[in-house]
This record gives sequence, structure tokens and C-alpha cells, in this order.
Amino acid sequence: MSDLRELYQEVILDHNRRPRNFGALPAPTRTTKGHNPLCGDRLTLYLVLDGDRIADVSFEGSGCAISKASASLMTEAVKGKTVAEAEALFERFHDLVTAPPDAPVDRTGLGKLAVFAGVREYPTRVKCASLAWHTMKSAVEKSDEVVSTE
Amino acid sequence: MTKAADATPATTFDVERVREEFPILREQVHGRRLVYLDNANTTQKPTAVLEAIDRYYRRDNANIHRATHLLSERATRAYEGARAELQRFINAASTHEIVLTRGCTDAINLVANSWGRANLRPGDDVLVTWMEHHSNIVPWQLICEQTGATLRAVPITDGGELDLEAFDRMLTDRTRMVAIVHISNALGTVNPIESLVAKARAAGAVTLVDGAQAVPHVPVDVRAIGCDFYAFSSHKMYGPTGSGVLYGREALLDAMPPYQGGGDMIASVTFEKTEYNVLPYKFEAGTPNIAGVVGFGAAAQWLAGFDRQAVQAHEESLLEYAEERLAEVAGVRRLGMAARRSGVLSFVLDGVHPHDVGTILDTEGIAVRTGQHCAQPVMDRYGVPATVRASIGIYNTREDIDAFVQGLQKVREVFG
Repeated sequence: MSDLRELYQEVILDHNRRPRNFGALPAPTRTTKGHNPLCGDRLTLYLVLDGDRIADVSFEGSGCAISKASASLMTEAVKGKTVAEAEALFERFHDLVTAPPDAPVDRTGLGKLAVFAGVREYPTRVKCASLAWHTMKSAVEKSDEVVSTE
Repeated sequence: MTKAADATPATTFDVERVREEFPILREQVHGRRLVYLDNANTTQKPTAVLEAIDRYYRRDNANIHRATHLLSERATRAYEGARAELQRFINAASTHEIVLTRGCTDAINLVANSWGRANLRPGDDVLVTWMEHHSNIVPWQLICEQTGATLRAVPITDGGELDLEAFDRMLTDRTRMVAIVHISNALGTVNPIESLVAKARAAGAVTLVDGAQAVPHVPVDVRAIGCDFYAFSSHKMYGPTGSGVLYGREALLDAMPPYQGGGDMIASVTFEKTEYNVLPYKFEAGTPNIAGVVGFGAAAQWLAGFDRQAVQAHEESLLEYAEERLAEVAGVRRLGMAARRSGVLSFVLDGVHPHDVGTILDTEGIAVRTGQHCAQPVMDRYGVPATVRASIGIYNTREDIDAFVQGLQKVREVFG
């Protein structure tokens, strides 16, 4: 049970139940879809880019607790950031969830996102945690292609 | 093997004895006893199969059909012996009708490409159902695109049964091929295969039955079913991966062009013209998965050594018990409530995504499948993104089901 709580932290369960920034934006400048065929997770990311700044961001979709909470926390983390800052954050997040289980956890600059540290114990769930981030990266880089984790 | 060697098959079924034949069931998973309920995905392998493969590589390994030395002769005998075993397993009339393939998917692709390309024209219909596995949809979709034929899917009812009225209506004189699953991998529905095949043949259509989920659970007699083609995989019936069978009526196979070209499928080759080999070799280009086929034959022999009725009764009573126990878990919505079901419990848990259920069960040592089960139309039909699927095999026990239900209670605890 303690292992499970490591993965399903209260913050994750909370964002799964009550996802933040959920629902379409009225006038997004970018709309990008993400898909994880392994578990059927689908999400649509709405983004308002103001120059190189992410002025607003939201998402819609269905997915497991990890993917939904990750999308919710991602939107909170990147809102107001520049594209470069958001991409740098994705890199740190990616390192966090793909690090070997015995490596020390580097939480620098991750804030709440550090709750996903438990994911590295579950390799099959890494794609769930990173789907929203891949979709965000694609949205800021090249618009409306469907992103797949496969 | 020991079982098959017995003069009379055991009439009672002793699950503990069966479990002893599966070394992997002694594995610990996350420090727990392994509860393997992912049998519709792939089954575990008994020592009879493991030893047959090991013995083949240690003592007989050589290429088949093409050398004069003793090992090649032994390898050929082992390979052809497996074919004969598989012929008996499904009661085919002749070994010429047993084409060895890479698996069930490969077998269906063979028919779609070889038979389909030669026989399908614009205006023709290929009839499948909404409960097909992707491997009995996509090959037909591809060949319909290439030939101009039309793919039609017979709907299923809310309960997960084939809509028989729709089947009758959609079966017309344009229908050239009826490709139907025997037992659904996503819902466990057992289709009334004999009567569906009889109707299709009466309408002048050729029939293919996807038997991947049927062969491990029910005795299959292709001549009693009356189908033209029957496809199945080794790895879902306790044999190794990478091997399968396409059963086909000899007259149909004879008339079909080769699927792939290469060694072994030819009688003579010149740059002007190639003469093809006789059946079934015409469809077996290249060096096959010899060890896999040997293991496949051993699996068929092992399974045939049981009183199949007793195995079926054991599995059915477990499924019934699992259904009863599942009703104790709050917020379960089951998919697939057909009157005749086999092997599979598919469901969603209110407020919890199947993938999360799968992860939590895994930490308890319980292996189930979560996702779309390669049957996206079924998921769309019932408006769910995915399901949890527990599927039963010959070695499962009530203890397994109890652990599974306890695991689901843990999911409830975590998600509140």
C-alpha cells in the first residue's frame, strides 16, 4: 500500500477528481490532440500563445488518473511561462519520471510536479504521465498534428 | 505429454496437478503469489511444451524438407508430426488442410490476400461483426480498398450478442466472404458459429472463423462447424508465440494463388516460370518457426490429453464464481452479458480508469489486461475508452478469483 501511495499521491488523486483548466478555451491560437493507444487516453490541448508566452492553456479528454492529473498540473505549471521555460520544465519533468528508481530525485524547479516521482517505479505508466507534456511541446512548436505516444 | 500417454484420459480434473506443470506459476510478482488472469492475451506454457522445444533444439535442430542428413529428417518428422497433431486437434480431413503460419493474424492475412485478391470485385461484400478483433477487421479493410469490395459489420446487441436479425438482413447474394469470431476476446461471447456458417454457405459465401479464443476453451471440430477457413494461434492455447494454423478446405486452398514467395513453397523455379509446391507447402514460404511449431504440436497434444468437457466445466464454474464475486465490488459495470460466454470478464469500475485498476492489481501480483483489447469498435459501441479484462485459463483457481476481488477492493480504497 505504501508503494501505491507513492504513485497515487493525494495531489494526483485530487487533480484526477477535479482537474484544473479543464474544458475548451473560447479562442485558442493552437489546438493539438494527444493520443496514447496503449490505454486509449485521448486529450485535446488548447493554447493561447502571446508572442512566445503561453498566455492561457486548458485541456479536455479522458484518461487514467496519472494522465489526467499530469495534464491538469502541466497546465497550471506552464501558464504564463515562455515557450522556452515550458520546454525546459518538460525536460526536467521527463528526467524525473524516467530516472532509474534508485537514482536520487532532483526536485529543483519542479514544484508540485515532483509528486510524479513515483511514476519512475512503473515504466508502463511513463507514457501516461508524459502525454500532456508531449502534446504541449507539439502545440507550441508546430500546431495541430495528432501526437501519439507510440 | 504424460497425460496424453495415459491409456485413458483422466475423467476428473485436478487443478492442483495442472498448476504443477506450469513453472511460471511459482514466480513471485512484486513479492506476491502470481495470479495470472490475462489468459486471453496469452497463456502460460506447461513443461510438456517447454521440454518439447528444448528437446528439439538440443537434439533435432536442422532445417526441414531440404537436407539428406539425419537431423534434418528428425526435424522434418517433428515438424510434420506437429501438423498431424494439429489436424487431429481440430478434426480436419487431411494434413494438406493445415497451413502453418506465424499466428492467427498471419492466417487471416493469408486468406484476405490470397483468396481475397483472386475473388473480390467491386460490388462484392465482406461481412464481419462489431465484435471482431482488429486482426479480423483490418486485413479485410485493406483488401477491400484494393479490390473495390465493401466491408460491412454486423452490429451487436446491448448485451453483447450478435444481432442475428441484422446478420440475416446483411447476408445477401453480394456477400462473398463472412469472417466471424468464434468467441469474442473483448466480451467472451460464444457465437452460434455452426448456424452462422450454415446460413453464410447457403447464401453462397465463403466463411472464415477466427478461433483464437475458442481453441483453448472448447473442443473445436472444423468439419462439424462446416467453415471454409478456421484460424488460430498457438500462444493462446498454452503453446509458444509465433506460430498458428490456417485450416482451409483443400479445394479452396488448391485454387488459391500463393501468398508469399520463397523457399519450400516451390516445385521448380526458372526465370521464365515457377511451379508451386503442393498443399500445404504452397503457403509456407521460407524456413518456418520449426521449434515453435514443435511446441505448438506439444501443446495440442497436451490439451487433447485432458477430458475437455471437464476442463470446460472447471473454467465455466470459475467464470460463474468470478461473476458472483465481482457483484460484491461497488460500481462495477460489466460488458458482455451474452447468454453463452466463455473465459472473459470485461468491466469498468465507476470513477477509476482501467489503467489505474491494472497498475494497482499488478502491485498485488495480479495480471489482467486493461485497454481496448484490439477491439476498438466494441469499446465505441459501449461508449467506454477501455475496460479491465480478467480472463481465465486451465490453471486458475477460486483462490485466484478471491485475490482478484480483494485487489479490486484495494482499488476502491485508493480511489475512495
